[in-house]
Amino acid sequence: MGSASSLFERLGGINLLPVLLAIIAFVLIGSPSTWVTLTVAGLAMGMMIFLMASGLSLVFGLMDVLNFGHSAFVSFGAFIAASVLAALAAWVGADNIALNLLAMFLAIAAAALFGLLAGWVFERVIIKPVYRDHLRQILITMGALIVAEQLILAIWGGSPISVPRPHFLTGSLIIGDISIELYRLFAFALGLIAYIALFTVLNRTRVGLLVRAGVENREMVEALGYRIDRLFIGVFVLGSALAAIGGAMWAGYETLITAAIGSEMMIIVFIVIIIGGLGSIEGSLLGALMVGLMGNYVAFLAPKMALASNMILMMAILLWRLYGLRPAVK
Amino acid sequence: MTTPILQLDGVSTDIAQYHILHEVSLDVPEGGVHVLLGRNGAGKTTTLRTVMGLWKARQGAIRFRGDDIAKLHTSEIARKGIAFVPENMGVFGGLTVEENMRLATHDGSFDRERLDRVYALFPALEKFWTKSSWSLSGGQKQMLAIARAIIERRDLILIDEPTKGLAPAIILNMVDAFREIARETTILLVEQNFLFAKSLGQTVAVIDDGHIAHTGNMADLVDDTALQTKLLSLSLDAHQ
Ligand SMILES: Nc1ncnc2c1ncn2[C@@H]1O[C@H](COP(=O)(O)OP(=O)(O)O)[C@@H](O)[C@H]1O
Ligand SMILES: [Mg+2]
Repeated sequence: MGSASSLFERLGGINLLPVLLAIIAFVLIGSPSTWVTLTVAGLAMGMMIFLMASGLSLVFGLMDVLNFGHSAFVSFGAFIAASVLAALAAWVGADNIALNLLAMFLAIAAAALFGLLAGWVFERVIIKPVYRDHLRQILITMGALIVAEQLILAIWGGSPISVPRPHFLTGSLIIGDISIELYRLFAFALGLIAYIALFTVLNRTRVGLLVRAGVENREMVEALGYRIDRLFIGVFVLGSALAAIGGAMWAGYETLITAAIGSEMMIIVFIVIIIGGLGSIEGSLLGALMVGLMGNYVAFLAPKMALASNMILMMAILLWRLYGLRPAVK
Repeated sequence: MTTPILQLDGVSTDIAQYHILHEVSLDVPEGGVHVLLGRNGAGKTTTLRTVMGLWKARQGAIRFRGDDIAKLHTSEIARKGIAFVPENMGVFGGLTVEENMRLATHDGSFDRERLDRVYALFPALEKFWTKSSWSLSGGQKQMLAIARAIIERRDLILIDEPTKGLAPAIILNMVDAFREIARETTILLVEQNFLFAKSLGQTVAVIDDGHIAHTGNMADLVDDTALQTKLLSLSLDAHQ
């Protein structure tokens, strides 16, 4: 037992959990090609969920702010990207990678820009008045989420919107009898780039150092002469933009979106940051990958259990580690 | 008599609905070590946190070099040249020793000569420079917390019970370090440990139940055992 657990630690410890999940699924699924398809789908989904969750985790870590409205940025990002792609239908459908990419880039950029601006307004108008008051944070941000959903209904209407995929991302990569949707590879790659960028900023820059320190002990950072509240706005705005980008990617992944996307994703995002541990992007990534993989494996093995499986995963992890897999040190 | 570097003038602080400090007045002369003594729960930590702006004074003035800082944000108070070593040390466990120290510099770079002096005072910090600080012992964390306060020259250092939970040998080491540090700056030291406090302090104030009960020179208090017993019976019982 002791040597087994020390071997586990040496091989990467809790970072191995997604791998462990994949191995168990491999045994249960039986068909390697199905397993590969599901695993890629799970990883892609995980990376998109990471985009949506990472900002929320840092926001909570830094200022103890519970923002249930966070996923409003996800839904707006999704709908804005859908509108941009629809408006650029000619580029989206063209058999020209450069035009496809440009359309995709503009859709994501529009979502991100919205996230930045709306995130700033949201923080100043809705969050700032309720710093340090959890009950009001929950009430007011949940209210904001409802308002956001109504706004989406008012702007985009009540029927589901279909989202065109850029031509170059419509096909699948076929290797033997394995087929991998290109869009999933793209989503995975984009999420990975975002993670690496975030990781680098947090670990290699002075601002990142301040964020990591602030997540641990806000007062001490202030006593060393820094303004955490100004840093917090930056993190909030960036987190909102990442959530909007995640929503934009999600729209293309689902290809059919409704106003309920915000509340649906909110549950998943909260499960992810609770599993991962608050205040750390490593934790968010780990949680997001596990939730993404679990969702896809269970949807195949026992479709009715899809949401319940993530709840069970969360409870199991909390019983094992009360603060999640990789919380920031407090 | 020069003006004190720090002056509390009738400072009252509330925490939530509780009145914790009652018109605390206190002068900290420039240079040397000055001690705020008091038993557990007397209001020592609250006093330091109020100076630092971490609790806001409900009334009264807090003057640093003559300017009232009572309304300033904690970060502005810090940038005026006041360093704070809190009771729990405030070390960032997820950061390395080096990163902890870097945050305490104004631009992220070290003055080589000062860094060498810090290493000389606290050799353990050099040894564990690249290690995560959660792996340090309690004494080493305390050294790191103090080192952060002196890596750049500050005018005033507020230190809250640095000897709490430390072994006697480490406390002795601390006495030397504080003497060295006090040669260039002023230290306001909060203590319950009278033995430690009397070996360092020039002036002393005693706080009890949120009121200042005594102020004067440390030497006078050391000579007056009757006064000691009156003021400090509880803390002396606990530490001798
Ligand atoms: N966060 C708080 N909430 C309520 N009461 C507090 C808080 N912090 C301190 N107090 C109370 O204020 C009084 C003074 O505390 P403190 O300044 O920490 O004392 P000391 O540092 O001298 O031991 C104590 O009675 C304590 O119970
Ligand atoms: Mg105290």
